[in-house]
Amino acid sequence: MTTYYTEDHEWISVEGGTATVGITDYAQAQLGDIVFVELPATGANVAKGGEAAVVESVKAASDVFAPVTGTVSEANAALEADPALVNSAPEGEGWFFKLALADPSELEGLMDAAAYKAFCDGL
Amino acid sequence: MRYLPLTDSDRQAMLATIGAGSIDDLFVDVPAEARLSGPIAGLAPHASELAVERHMSKLARRNLSAGEAPFFLGCGAYKHHVPASVDHLIQRGEFLTSYTPYQPEIAQGTLQALFEFQTQVARLFGCDVANASMYDGSTACWEAITMARRVTKRAKAILSAGLHPHYVSLAKTMARFTGDQLDSAAPSLTPGAPGDDMARLLDAIDGETSCVVVQNPNILGHVADLSELAARCHEKGALLIAVVTEPVALGAVRSPGEMGADIVVGEGQSIGVGLNFGGPYVGLFACAEKYVRQMPGRLAGVTTDADGQRGFVLTLSTREQHIRREKATSNICTNAGLCALAFSIHLTLLGETGLRRLATLNHANAVAAADRLAKLPGVELLNTAFFNEFTLKLPVEARPVVRSLADKGILGGVSLGRLYPGEPTLANGLVVAVTETVTGEDVEALAQALEAEIAA
Repeated sequence: MTTYYTEDHEWISVEGGTATVGITDYAQAQLGDIVFVELPATGANVAKGGEAAVVESVKAASDVFAPVTGTVSEANAALEADPALVNSAPEGEGWFFKLALADPSELEGLMDAAAYKAFCDGL
Repeated sequence: MRYLPLTDSDRQAMLATIGAGSIDDLFVDVPAEARLSGPIAGLAPHASELAVERHMSKLARRNLSAGEAPFFLGCGAYKHHVPASVDHLIQRGEFLTSYTPYQPEIAQGTLQALFEFQTQVARLFGCDVANASMYDGSTACWEAITMARRVTKRAKAILSAGLHPHYVSLAKTMARFTGDQLDSAAPSLTPGAPGDDMARLLDAIDGETSCVVVQNPNILGHVADLSELAARCHEKGALLIAVVTEPVALGAVRSPGEMGADIVVGEGQSIGVGLNFGGPYVGLFACAEKYVRQMPGRLAGVTTDADGQRGFVLTLSTREQHIRREKATSNICTNAGLCALAFSIHLTLLGETGLRRLATLNHANAVAAADRLAKLPGVELLNTAFFNEFTLKLPVEARPVVRSLADKGILGGVSLGRLYPGEPTLANGLVVAVTETVTGEDVEALAQALEAEIAA
């Protein structure tokens, strides 16, 4: 399993043709207490860089963009009842949705963990 | 007396301080063609306060005001008795001058008042949650249509023929810019159920329908059961939006929420707010909790602070345009705070029992008036089920009749010729509203004058 990161603070873990997407620990810390997550419907097609989900904290709301193009195969139903999972386990139980990749080569432009850490340190 | 308290030397001192040579220098960034030079054409020169007062009084004497005549006008704005304490309380400085309560630590009173208002509206409408009010009933109705679009991701709304024509016209104006499809129809003077088009609505709902908008009681006074319509909407994945323009009716009629409506909107003017020449009024907006994040407007909530003390706050604000303008549920960030407060105080003074009694009194008065007017030769009472408003079919066109009655000092109702100028089939319709403020003498005066007018 390989994890990639975007400059918009999404992470994407890829295993075979399926990817899991969420927001990073840095992103959840910036947002503060998360109170609501709006997820894409199963079967929805998302485009790389396009709006895929919305995350709301007590004071702000942000769009979550699709790191790559694909079809949504599952959304994390647990976030509906407990959106705070995004704060407590952003890269674990707080995942947003799973994708069937349309074009795995799109992953090549994304950062790995070390590059993303350097990116955040520079912010 | 001039109304501008500054002297020329005051102005010069201020200009000198900021380094401008003249007023024109100060406004140099305003294009010359947009600046006023000389007096405004057609505007009378300034006059003393006393002279203006006299002039306005003279104009006011040309009005026949609601309080000094037998009064039967309704159709979305109703003359009810508002206790004097309401007006007194809303004029307290703490309420009258309060600003948007974004800082809960200094706005607990305003926030609590809004919270109480929301609770009352939600209970009245039979819904889970209500917002802190909207601009008025017609804008609340449009906001509900756009909310249904957001919820269902469909853009075709079916408007009942019994929906207030001004609400329809506002929706059409807005839809010109949003691309929403609106399926509307004019009402017909069906004996028994005027303005009721339940069969049309049930038939028109399909997989493309975002919502059905139905008014109850409708514009012609007819009261309907919305349960079947709600079930059909839900079967097709559409929302039912119910509109209430006379909230006093809910003291006697089952609430739209109880009948299955997903969003209930309306005009709250009837309770606590006077006729005010048509405004300011107060829009009411309530819905099922599962849709709350798609609801427009402000929402006051209750929470506890770090010490466990109860506190009121504006909540779910991310729906509003100051957070994400392009994603806001609505660009209306108005709420009609002071009118909402008046509504809330009046309803509190009434209480549940009082509201029921007020509704019963309205209905009893309206039934008595309908019975008396239906006996007039050539006059047909169309409604079999109504609250405090019903439609008569006259043997002649109603609009000139209403005008003649007004000349005789009776405000006898709203003619359908006025509401539907392009519909000749409705021209003989007259909508008569009868509230608790109408006396037996008023009804008798209307009956006799109407009879004479028809015979003339």
